[in-house]
Amino acid sequence: MLKRINQFLSSLMLKDIFTGLAITGKYLFKPKFTVQYPEEKTPQSPRFRGLHALRRYPNGEERCIACKLCEAVCPAMAISIESDQREDGTRRTTRYDIDLTKCIFCGFCEEACPVDAIVETNIFEYFGDKRGDLYFTKDMLLAVGDQYEKDIAANRAADAPYR
Amino acid sequence: MTELLNTVNTFGSELLGSFWPLVWTLLKIVAIVLPMFAAVAYMTLWERKLIGWMHIRLGPNRTGPLGLLQPIADAIKLLLKEIVSPTRSNKVLFIVAPVMVIMPAFASWAVIPFQADLVLADVNAGLLYIIAISSIGVYGVILAGWASNSKYPFLAAMRASAQMISYEIAMGFALVTVLIISGSLNLSKIVLLQDTGIFADMGLNFLSWNWLPLLPMFLIYFISGVAETNRHPFDVVEGESEIVAGHMVEYSGMAYAMFFLAEYANMIMIAALTSILFLGGWLPIVDLPILRDIPGFFWLFAKTFFILSCFIWLRATLPRYRYDQIMRLGWKIFIPLAVFWVVLVGAWVVSPWNIWN
Repeated sequence: MLKRINQFLSSLMLKDIFTGLAITGKYLFKPKFTVQYPEEKTPQSPRFRGLHALRRYPNGEERCIACKLCEAVCPAMAISIESDQREDGTRRTTRYDIDLTKCIFCGFCEEACPVDAIVETNIFEYFGDKRGDLYFTKDMLLAVGDQYEKDIAANRAADAPYR
Repeated sequence: MTELLNTVNTFGSELLGSFWPLVWTLLKIVAIVLPMFAAVAYMTLWERKLIGWMHIRLGPNRTGPLGLLQPIADAIKLLLKEIVSPTRSNKVLFIVAPVMVIMPAFASWAVIPFQADLVLADVNAGLLYIIAISSIGVYGVILAGWASNSKYPFLAAMRASAQMISYEIAMGFALVTVLIISGSLNLSKIVLLQDTGIFADMGLNFLSWNWLPLLPMFLIYFISGVAETNRHPFDVVEGESEIVAGHMVEYSGMAYAMFFLAEYANMIMIAALTSILFLGGWLPIVDLPILRDIPGFFWLFAKTFFILSCFIWLRATLPRYRYDQIMRLGWKIFIPLAVFWVVLVGAWVVSPWNIWN
């Protein structure tokens, strides 16, 4: 009985509502944690999975040996590879396409690659205007790799002890 | 300032003769309504800012310095959009409805005293006028639902109008208690009466305002005001996260925005009325000569702003009520409580302990 009276009085006095108002009132003066995006950015892990890139060895030779493990492991079937024998007798890809609109950025291709050829970079600020703009061919992927090789190598070195 | 106004007045009456009072009143109306539009626009910005801060965010800050151009950008966007009217809707009523919603919100300002002698129409039945005018807003809601010729707006209009009408009763009773103790319907007189009393003689004016002796009614009035303007936590009319929108669902562009302008204008109206009836209108907090020198409308503005921020604070805090809970709160709790307090205050006023003589 006493409990019911207590309950009635506290609901009449709007106790719960004032408790809630006190909480939001307290948060009003807390420092805000909004990140002002184009000027500020959140820190990224070296394992961040962004835009793909194909890497080369320091001597300029492309790493990919067309083993097609990435194509096989890709759960979204975003990678399509065709391979042929090059003049020097090595097996190389003639076509290496990633459809970024299909890709789910799971990183399995990166895991599967035996020669660290296909990697995912920290780049996430890219876009396409037209249909097909996000269909990356071998040349485009190699270009990305050439441009950001320093960052890619640094990230992989940072992550190496944990692999 | 007064001299300038007098000069304009004499010049005008010489120029236009008997038409001058009409023009002069129209000018005064424009002088009230234009700042109101600006206030409504910047109210939306303040709401987004304050809610953002309470969510530990920053709120809009990209459009102009501190996001100050955001309402203007929003207005331009809405004005450029097409107003689509449904094929078999009633075209005339469809256009009239938003106007009917926004008109009462602005018309009520005619009797609001901004300062001791600064009021557009110093009518003796000011409060009655406000109650009457604010009830007209419901017609706009029903018309909007009806003219759309669509089931969803129609049901929503029923829902909204039922809620608005229910809370008007509790609100009306809360106003009756204020009437009982002040014995006047004139808003200026109601404010002036709050300047007298035991605490006012001691210089602590804010303790002799109506909110303290009528605290439960103050709360009932404020909460009913929140429900009356369809604000959180009573905003089942819009309920953007559950039912998308209410009677305005078929509207687009500026016609759609009109409903929201009306909502904010009503909010400002309710907040101003709360500060006039319960928080001493244009009176300063304590009786100090320095505070007396500050113009009265500044105090009214500050109190209105505080109440408006409380509206937003509630929105940032509380989840939405279920519709049957809203109705239960209105009919089973607020109305009996309000009736009880009307009787109690009535008895208090005729008893020897009456403090309002």
